[in-house]
Amino acid sequence: MKPSRAGWLFAAPALIAIAVFFVVPVVAALVMSATDFDIYALASLHNLRFVGLDNYVDLLQRPLFWRALLNTLFFVVVGVPLSIAVSLGTALLLHSRLARFKGFFRTALFSPVVTTLAAVAVVWIFLLHTRYGMLNYALSWLGVHPVDWLGDPRWAMPAIVLLSVWKNFGYNMIILLAGLQAIPGELYEAAQLDGAGPGATFRHVTVPALAPMLLMVSILTTAGHFQLFAEPYVMTQGGPAERTVTVLYLMYQDGFKWWSLGSASAVAFVLFVFMLGTSLLQARMVRGAGWSS
Amino acid sequence: MVVLKRPFASLAVNLALALTALVTLFPLAWMVSASLMAPGEASTYPPPLVPRAPTLANYRLLLAEHGLLRQVANSLVISLLATGLSLAFNLTAGYAFAKLRFAGRERVFRLVLGGLIVPAQVAMLPLFLMLKEMGLVNSYAGALVPWLASVFGIYLVRQYALAIPDEMLEAARIDGAGEVRIFVSVVLPTLKPIIVTLAVLTFLGAWNDFMWPLIVLTDHDVQTLPVALAALSREHVQDAELMMAGAVVTVLPVLLLFLALQRYYVRGLLVGSVKG
Repeated sequence: MKPSRAGWLFAAPALIAIAVFFVVPVVAALVMSATDFDIYALASLHNLRFVGLDNYVDLLQRPLFWRALLNTLFFVVVGVPLSIAVSLGTALLLHSRLARFKGFFRTALFSPVVTTLAAVAVVWIFLLHTRYGMLNYALSWLGVHPVDWLGDPRWAMPAIVLLSVWKNFGYNMIILLAGLQAIPGELYEAAQLDGAGPGATFRHVTVPALAPMLLMVSILTTAGHFQLFAEPYVMTQGGPAERTVTVLYLMYQDGFKWWSLGSASAVAFVLFVFMLGTSLLQARMVRGAGWSS
Repeated sequence: MVVLKRPFASLAVNLALALTALVTLFPLAWMVSASLMAPGEASTYPPPLVPRAPTLANYRLLLAEHGLLRQVANSLVISLLATGLSLAFNLTAGYAFAKLRFAGRERVFRLVLGGLIVPAQVAMLPLFLMLKEMGLVNSYAGALVPWLASVFGIYLVRQYALAIPDEMLEAARIDGAGEVRIFVSVVLPTLKPIIVTLAVLTFLGAWNDFMWPLIVLTDHDVQTLPVALAALSREHVQDAELMMAGAVVTVLPVLLLFLALQRYYVRGLLVGSVKG
């Protein structure tokens, strides 16, 4: 067997699997989003009609869709910067020459990343309990009155942000730590010779050297945040007052609870377009700031 | 020595690290502690940190009475099969894209990478219909379909396989070895570290996965642990201790696996995110 034939044969199983179970469904989703695929079509495809862009137009007129979009954007806009700030802060601490027991701290801070999201979401339901939760208990030492984290429309999404930062910051921490370790020591020595203090060194040496990595981390983290689903599903079921219904939660509910697969597909594509647009915007903004190397 | 010169800064850095680690580990420690409490004990004020009289009763109740042992088995079997399938599909493809020259290779690889911009959830609705047609809803096979091949897995293996010297493969070919033989006895041994990495990442990913198993495994008997746990938590809103036992059973296996193979896991994370 020639290497060229072997190449195709070795790659074929994976390529076929990706084509059949990913590419075909994605194209089908696009087609489905232009049909009124519902529970009747599920019974017999004769009931399926082509409706053009109707699903998208209907979506724009649904208050719940806008609510879901707003909730998701809140989670992205508040959660992503907070999460990256914690990741960067802990990475800097771990990178410090003064830090002891680095291996232990690194593992400890990273451990929530490998835990099962659905399970720790259940743990946090109880940590966030209004009366018996540890968070309110700790806050009571500071004189803060009990907060109904998951029952108060104002606090449910911030509570999910809190869980999400705790669960995920370790991931970017490891990546940024690797980035910090890759910055050549001469740059710091040069800054020191120029008499730069810690603040100036951070701004003029660390941040520019880390910029490409920060961009990548922020794009990936944003994409991840747009896909918020399990936390609201497990912790709040979209409530209270629909304040934790996210775009993906809406897709799940439309598609698998009401079997409106046509409109659910439209929701999925709107999410896709938002994610793509945001990624491009982020890349553009950073380039505009003259950061990219 | 640095420590002696700057005692205050050193204290501040280490104190900050210790406090962050404490806050980070607290939810997991509380989970274990509450799982050992007597029913109702966690729901008292002030909330207790440690059980008065540690008991395994919650675990017995969970696994025997609620029959969660069945879901433990489901999770284990699905995660193991997902790992095996992912290795079979991604190792061969990753190696092919790195080392076997074939027409259109670079173009196809770029197309595959392009798939990364589409979120997996877009495919879920039609995929569910497809599997329903094939009679695979509520079966292990249905849960396994997304784990066959992954863009990330192929990329991971390819990056690592690029370092295999061509001379080594050529020498084997001159010796008359076939391509399959070369793959098994020359390539696979050199890929050992990345095999472990891909295996750990896949096992953890499959074990922790939520949305797809929730969609495709609606029948209680075939559900994985996270899905069953989410359903159970809706029925047992008040039973903190029982639910914490369920969370421990779900989280502990992957946490231990991570601790044992941490080095390999972190390697995958860095290869996956640092553009090569």
